[in-house]
Amino acid sequence: MYDVIVIGAGVAGSSAARELSRYQVNACVLEKEEDVCCGTSKANSAIVHAGYDAAEGSLMAKLNVEGNEMMEDLAKELDFPFKRTGSLVVCLSEEDLPGLKALYDRGVKNGVKDMQVIVDKEEIRRMEPNLTDEVVGVLYAPTAGIVCPFNMNIAMAENANDNGVDFHFDTEVTEIRKIEGGWELVTNKGTFTTRYVVNAAGVHADKFHNMVSEKKIHITPRRGDYCLLDKKAGSHVSRTIFALPGKFGKGVLVTPTVHGNLLVGPTAIDIEDKESTATTREGLDELIGKAGMNVKNLPMRQVITSFAGLRAHEDGHEFIIGEVEGAEGFIDCAGIESPGLTSAPAIGKMVAQICRDKMDLKPDPNFQGKRKGILDPSTLSMEERNALIKENPAYGNIICRCEMVTEGEILDAIHRPLGARSLDGVKRRTRAGMGRCQAGFCSPRTMEILARECKLSMFEITKSGGSSKLVVGTNKDQI
Amino acid sequence: MRSYDIVVIGGGPAGLAAAIAAKKEGVDSILVLERDKELGGILNQCIHNGFGLHTFKEELTGPEYAGRFIDQAKDLDIEYRLNTMVMEIGADKLVTAMNREEGLFQIQAGAIILAMGCRERSRGALNIPGYRPAGIYSAGTAQRLVNMEGFMPGREVVILGSGDIGLIMARRMTLEGAKVKVVAELMPYSGGLKRNIVQCLDDYGIPLKLSHTVVDIRGKERLEGITLAKVDGRGKPIPGTEEDYSCDTLLLSVGLIPENELSDGMGVQMNPVTSGPKVNERMETSIEGVFACGNVLHVHDLVDFVSEEAGAAGRNAARYIKGAVATGSGHVVTLEPVQGVRYTVPCTIDPEKMDDTQIVRFRVGNVYKKCTIGVYFDDEQVISRKRPVVAPGEMEEIKLERAKLLQYPELKKITIKIEEA
Repeated sequence: MYDVIVIGAGVAGSSAARELSRYQVNACVLEKEEDVCCGTSKANSAIVHAGYDAAEGSLMAKLNVEGNEMMEDLAKELDFPFKRTGSLVVCLSEEDLPGLKALYDRGVKNGVKDMQVIVDKEEIRRMEPNLTDEVVGVLYAPTAGIVCPFNMNIAMAENANDNGVDFHFDTEVTEIRKIEGGWELVTNKGTFTTRYVVNAAGVHADKFHNMVSEKKIHITPRRGDYCLLDKKAGSHVSRTIFALPGKFGKGVLVTPTVHGNLLVGPTAIDIEDKESTATTREGLDELIGKAGMNVKNLPMRQVITSFAGLRAHEDGHEFIIGEVEGAEGFIDCAGIESPGLTSAPAIGKMVAQICRDKMDLKPDPNFQGKRKGILDPSTLSMEERNALIKENPAYGNIICRCEMVTEGEILDAIHRPLGARSLDGVKRRTRAGMGRCQAGFCSPRTMEILARECKLSMFEITKSGGSSKLVVGTNKDQI
Repeated sequence: MRSYDIVVIGGGPAGLAAAIAAKKEGVDSILVLERDKELGGILNQCIHNGFGLHTFKEELTGPEYAGRFIDQAKDLDIEYRLNTMVMEIGADKLVTAMNREEGLFQIQAGAIILAMGCRERSRGALNIPGYRPAGIYSAGTAQRLVNMEGFMPGREVVILGSGDIGLIMARRMTLEGAKVKVVAELMPYSGGLKRNIVQCLDDYGIPLKLSHTVVDIRGKERLEGITLAKVDGRGKPIPGTEEDYSCDTLLLSVGLIPENELSDGMGVQMNPVTSGPKVNERMETSIEGVFACGNVLHVHDLVDFVSEEAGAAGRNAARYIKGAVATGSGHVVTLEPVQGVRYTVPCTIDPEKMDDTQIVRFRVGNVYKKCTIGVYFDDEQVISRKRPVVAPGEMEEIKLERAKLLQYPELKKITIKIEEA
């Protein structure tokens, strides 16, 4: 019997697992997909919010600001990309200026530091020359930032695993039963028993909550479509540009990413199907229509891919974190929508503290909080890089030519704890296939490496697990 | 630091032809840098025939055509490196490259020939809505899997785009045992060669649907089907014309993009129409001593023309190294594509520096029937060539004579246009 089972290896579940691993605890994570970071955590704005959006006094506001403050140290400790670039909320009409001031006031109450309302157009132009000429004021929040959501999630999970937390992939919980002293979780891979359950199942968290509680919750998958632009467009803005909801409706954000692309999105479309991450023509058209509202001359011809993610929108629009009433030992970590990514470090800490207090967990003296990410050779000097290649020639072999990813990095991604097993797994860890040709050139080569290293046949290599096989046979095999 | 008179970036058909021509022109110090594991470039996966009709007056497969140039390069002792990625080129012609054996290294080049080829436009660039499952490949990626590795990407195939690789892959997939259900083309005409439509689609009964595009992609893990719709004159899908196709594979042949990241990095001036460098009569870019040829310059349909163009780039690079470029008076004539002509290669001509004959290649923006290609020296028409049909999928050319140009010392621009009856 486990002490704790976390359902879901997204950023919230992985953060909870990592924080739990500070204690002497027998814990595991059950994930229905083949890898960590496969749901909401992989398809979002990749923003670290300052914290002025959430309602004053809400758990969202508290964890947002806390998470934001933790991010810098955590990024160093776990070696994932994070940049504190700041954000601007753009106001386009004089009559909406009070709305900007209200955001500022809320931010102050939420504990956001160093914000400024700027109405001097020259100053605004100096900060962001590509903002629309219609701008009448901005709320500047220097504490906002951008992060690599994949590597943040992966880093937390890897570190949890390093500290003893088991991860079971392709393991879908179908039933939860109360048993003496804990819970029984029925999955497609057998039954697991545990004293405590942490429900971090993203858009599916309501399903699990409702299995154990009469007090139902309801989560709506709120789809967000995004367009990702080529690195050539990456410096079009240097901060995250939000639209102030107002006279002209609710806009979309435009932001640089930590890897130098430009991201535009999201739409907000409530849907039924919790797995429906398909983009739609209407969604993409809406996005392209709104994108230019705050930022001028957006080079939308430079789009290299579009995608959609689902926010786990709970009816009350608040994080639900805590032991479920009448279900002792079942801890919700539900309704984690924006600013969930920002809040994740604080969410994990809160969940772990609840478990610690309930179970009287003792700190694990062997906990090792530092994790080294996949080495990015482009950060090395020529001499260092040559020493590396001499030691391991795979670092001299470029596989993804758009993002200049070497075989060495891909091997590292495959062989590290909770390593990549699919093209998308390699992509999220190394960026191979994430560039302008969108894996046209490197797919066959990455497939070969995966097959060789994982001792699989090419027919077993998938894009993203399950039945996402990439090749189905050999030439003329059905003639 | 090592140095070479000429460094050729890319060992495909363009790079090889350029290196061979430069060597024959008398330059010995040449290095070809190739990122793949063998010379020949994309030709190695083009196992169909139809290559070399112009160059060798016989029909070869892609690997055979490449083989002839590889043999020549080896006979001429041209030095090359395989599995070597060029990371960066400075405006001072300092080339930074990397491979497993030598690590990251730098080479000072006297002249550079850009011959990096092109890449395929991806689904993302088209913003096709729907899911993002396995089973969606660019036609060239599928071609590599099938022709070089022997793997079938799928069994039931829809192809979007009627570019030549898409057409060739329709036939290849059929021959290897897949069912190709339809080829859809956004434009009202095909982007491929006429002969490919006949030999790859018509001969196998594969329907070509013009003015159609993919409007939805289904299947969360592996592709399960797509929806085609007819488009209006502006390329927008027409509601009510949707048709569902079940398929496990979608191949995209929706355009090729010259791969000019290195050229951009050096600060070479680009032509926004071709996405390739602007070059003069010697295939020289805006940076002196930096030349470009092949698909990195503009996308070709026939490799024979690539070889010819690359030969010119190689010869001129050699002349540059030997200081044998004619000194001109600085009289530069601009080529202006108008009225149906999208671009020209080259963009400018210095009559004193050009060869006796200059081939100017260009593409048209639409299908024109019973038209005339008109060439004007300033306002005077000098060439009027009747054509039964010209189409965007087939590159056109005209020839200019040096002797003729020298008769016009005041000439400022040469205009090329399509004149309809």
